[in-house]
Amino acid sequence: MSDIFKKQRPLSPHLQVYKPQMTSVMSIMHRFAGIALSVGSLLLVWLLLAAATGPEAYNIFMVFAGSLLGQFMLFGWTLALYFHLCNGIRHLFWDVGYLFDLKNAYRAGYLVLAATYILTIGTWYCVLYH
Amino acid sequence: MKKQSFRSDLSRAKGLGSAGHGSEHWMAQRITAVALIPLVIWLIYSILNLIGADYEQFTTWLSQPLNAILMILFVIASLYHAMLGSQVVVEDYIHNKKLKMFKLIGQKLFFFAIGITCIFSILKIALA
Repeated sequence: MSDIFKKQRPLSPHLQVYKPQMTSVMSIMHRFAGIALSVGSLLLVWLLLAAATGPEAYNIFMVFAGSLLGQFMLFGWTLALYFHLCNGIRHLFWDVGYLFDLKNAYRAGYLVLAATYILTIGTWYCVLYH
Repeated sequence: MKKQSFRSDLSRAKGLGSAGHGSEHWMAQRITAVALIPLVIWLIYSILNLIGADYEQFTTWLSQPLNAILMILFVIASLYHAMLGSQVVVEDYIHNKKLKMFKLIGQKLFFFAIGITCIFSILKIALA
């Protein structure tokens, strides 16, 4: 009996029947950004290790950081960092019991998206015109 | 309170749940998150000031005690936060028991290894 029911039982979150909402999309984006940042932390490891090794190793890192791929990765890193930072603060507000009603959850969500956009653009404005 | 479950009073008071480590993981994730807010702002500000820095300028900057200390704090807080976060991701999405265990152990070793790499590198530059 159990075999038959096991095969037919639907998997619990059953995501495909739900319409994507801003709150749920931002929730999974928070995880993606976190994973991207974990991978991106290897850039910082590389920089620190190269600087500890010597000028040649440091220069190799700087050439990579200035290359098209390097700039693309650094742009992705800042975008993921600002999103994870701002949305993380939104999560911390939830953890202490605020912003739970639908209206404020959405308001804070739009605020996070706006802040991510402004901070990313602002940072790269500083990079390009420093 | 009327006793309705099989849990002992001691177990209820400790509040550690069936896995035995209760809210420690959750709390550590939040504490590192709070610590990372100022550290990330410092890191971004520093990187923007260091754009185009040569080897000499970068190592001089990192050998300042405050910069070295903050960089070590950032490395510890961010990698610990990343380790806790990726553990949850693996626990949630990897259902094969052997693969799950392999990934959990592997990423723990990985984060410790790169953490030690970073801290050793910072200290070598700062104490040179």
